[in-house]
Amino acid sequence: MTDLDTATPPAATGSTLLEARGLTKHFPTHQGGLAKSRLLVRRRLAAGEPAGTMVHAVEDVSLALPESHITAVVGESGSGKSTLARMLARLIKPTSGSLLLGGTKVPASNRRRRGYTRLVQMVLQDPFSSLNPVHDVRYHIARPLIVHNLGGTAGSLDATVAGLLERVALSPADQFLRKYPHELSGGQRQRVAIARALAVQPRILLADEPVSMLDVSIRLGILNLLGDLRERDGLAILYITHDIASARYLADDIMVMYAGQVVESGPSRSLTDEPAHPYTQLLLSAAPDPDRAEPPSLQGRGSPPSLVTPPSGCRFHPRCPHAMTVCAQRNPPGFEVASGHLSACWLHAQGLDTEQARPLAGRADDRPPTPSRTAPDPGEET
Amino acid sequence: MVGRDGNAVTRIPARAGGPALGEPLLEVSGLCADYGVGSQAVHAVLDTDLVLRRGEVLGLAGESGSGKSTLAYAITRLLRPPGLITGGDVRYYTDQGHTVDLLAAGEDELRVLRWSQISVVMQSAMNALNPVLSIGSQLTDVLKAHQPTMSRATRRTRAAELLDMVGITADRLGSYPHELSGGMRQRVMIAMALALRPHIVIMDEPTTALDVVTQREILEELMELRKRLGFAVLFITHDLSLLIEIADSIAVMYAGRLVERAAATALFRAPRHPYTLGLLSSFPALHGPRQHMTGIPGSPPDLRRLPSGCVFHPRCPYVMDRCRTDSPPLLRMATGHQRLAACWLQDGAQAPPAPLARPEPGPDRTAAPEPLADATHEPEPLAQATHEPVPDGSQP
Repeated sequence: MTDLDTATPPAATGSTLLEARGLTKHFPTHQGGLAKSRLLVRRRLAAGEPAGTMVHAVEDVSLALPESHITAVVGESGSGKSTLARMLARLIKPTSGSLLLGGTKVPASNRRRRGYTRLVQMVLQDPFSSLNPVHDVRYHIARPLIVHNLGGTAGSLDATVAGLLERVALSPADQFLRKYPHELSGGQRQRVAIARALAVQPRILLADEPVSMLDVSIRLGILNLLGDLRERDGLAILYITHDIASARYLADDIMVMYAGQVVESGPSRSLTDEPAHPYTQLLLSAAPDPDRAEPPSLQGRGSPPSLVTPPSGCRFHPRCPHAMTVCAQRNPPGFEVASGHLSACWLHAQGLDTEQARPLAGRADDRPPTPSRTAPDPGEET
Repeated sequence: MVGRDGNAVTRIPARAGGPALGEPLLEVSGLCADYGVGSQAVHAVLDTDLVLRRGEVLGLAGESGSGKSTLAYAITRLLRPPGLITGGDVRYYTDQGHTVDLLAAGEDELRVLRWSQISVVMQSAMNALNPVLSIGSQLTDVLKAHQPTMSRATRRTRAAELLDMVGITADRLGSYPHELSGGMRQRVMIAMALALRPHIVIMDEPTTALDVVTQREILEELMELRKRLGFAVLFITHDLSLLIEIADSIAVMYAGRLVERAAATALFRAPRHPYTLGLLSSFPALHGPRQHMTGIPGSPPDLRRLPSGCVFHPRCPYVMDRCRTDSPPLLRMATGHQRLAACWLQDGAQAPPAPLARPEPGPDRTAAPEPLADATHEPEPLAQATHEPVPDGSQP
């Protein structure tokens, strides 16, 4: 066993391939049918009125995906992590915010979309439904090559497809070319899905819960394959998961999302060993951990809020054991708690007045806030 | 979270003439279940032995297709065609000291036993609850069927009580399943399962579809209820790391066979079967240095085309010649009280590799101090149903 902490180079090695700035997605709620509500929203917006009720799925998320780097997005269902991936893949249009591919702004229109998808590919969660049951493996992998005019002659196409299968450790490739999805195990199917994404030689891979549907014993194989793609091919990978332990294992950086917002981000070791945001602490305390000596005490029960009417201020404040008056009023910006480690929590703010720092009324426990670490004084740095 | 509260155990209501704490409540021996018949039959569960004791949490771990759900359905006789029980015994010991052979019991007898003695919580609460009935009427339905003398008002009160027990307010009685969150639906399922105070609750992946925080909350509640009401749990999941935290003892299944059985901490600290070892090293840790892990090579076998000898041998890093030809019986380990492992490495003929020969944790375990799991007597030698005699020394 090798120690990953020394084997992998430190974070931020390559240049940024894909960047998102202030991505926001609001979905209109479907009152009276989809078509009607879309029309309604457009009319209202044209008249300068508020668009009606909205699901605030993703709110102002910025991230950068550097080459040879795996960034994990961790969150519960409904935290907006898949919506974020779909915006990055341009499957849905953001309400606001912009994407930069290799430093140039991606136009909002769908023209020249193919050039974008050639560089940004996606792997979906469920390999049982993301592969077409009536087509064999060769078809699935050759299809993107043909669509993007990368196929070449029939002979070279076959060689490329075989090479891709070998790359995802499906060898000998001849045995798999003519197989149909139902003849493959879950892990093999997910490998085919990854080979299909790699076919057009993308630089960025968006993996949306790539191992959640797989058996425990084969998950690591897929995770290690993603790790190899980072090392060997310098891919920038976005790894979306609800399992913070696997994010810690695989990723260089972790972003924790809650109710559509990024609450904490930083190098994966630092974030999991010393979580600074109360929600990250909650997630870590709830995760199964056989090494745990004491039974975990959950800090912040309950469930995520409605995204139609999200709580004011910090969206975690109704559940937060440390909530203060300011938390209900203003959304916290990211405070740097360590190098490259940001926590969007007022506990790390300097110079809150006593009124702002007063524990929120009606709270069962009025213990003083105990952040696991406080922001370093700006003067102490450098 | 289990049994830590010292006075909790005493709160288990004493049932007149009931078996004492820790006595076997359900005994499964040599159970076989197939899908299909004749040469086409797939052996989904093969020759499985289990003992569930009063008040115990027995974890059943395995990947998809390992037969863990089939086993649960076979035990409760809920297995539907083409599933078929082809052999073995399932004995249930009642309060009155009777022994009921569940596999021989008639439909009438089963009807009385099910739910009132043995209840099941299904994996998908959304599918298990009827979408067109309010949860109140689904809860009272159970009471109506099993306790027909109960008045309408009492049923209603009891239903409210049950909801309250799992942390849902009584005003939710009129709600329909779609109005509840996934966690609440699963709580309703647990309340329904406990409606008639059963002795055994079989839970088939009860928290798999839930978020991690909700899962933890429900498990905490479940363990509280277990301490209070004293029922035994057969907890089926693919998540071994979760089982180690909540279960007293754990049985690991692979390709329809039981490959290892041990107390939870012993299994975690000192696994004896290479598959268990592989599973344990498939979960990345939450602490410490990040280590490169390999998991288990290959994938679970197709039950229609099982490998010869030990079914795990194509994936086993310690495979020997014997493993390719002979199927290992479930051997009793010399070190542990109730340790069983089906692996030739442990038969005493050779020293097992170091990772499979770690010393057993002492009795003062830190992780799950359970009085029940370490009960010393075994009612019946388990490994003798069809196998060779148990070797007396498996450790060099």
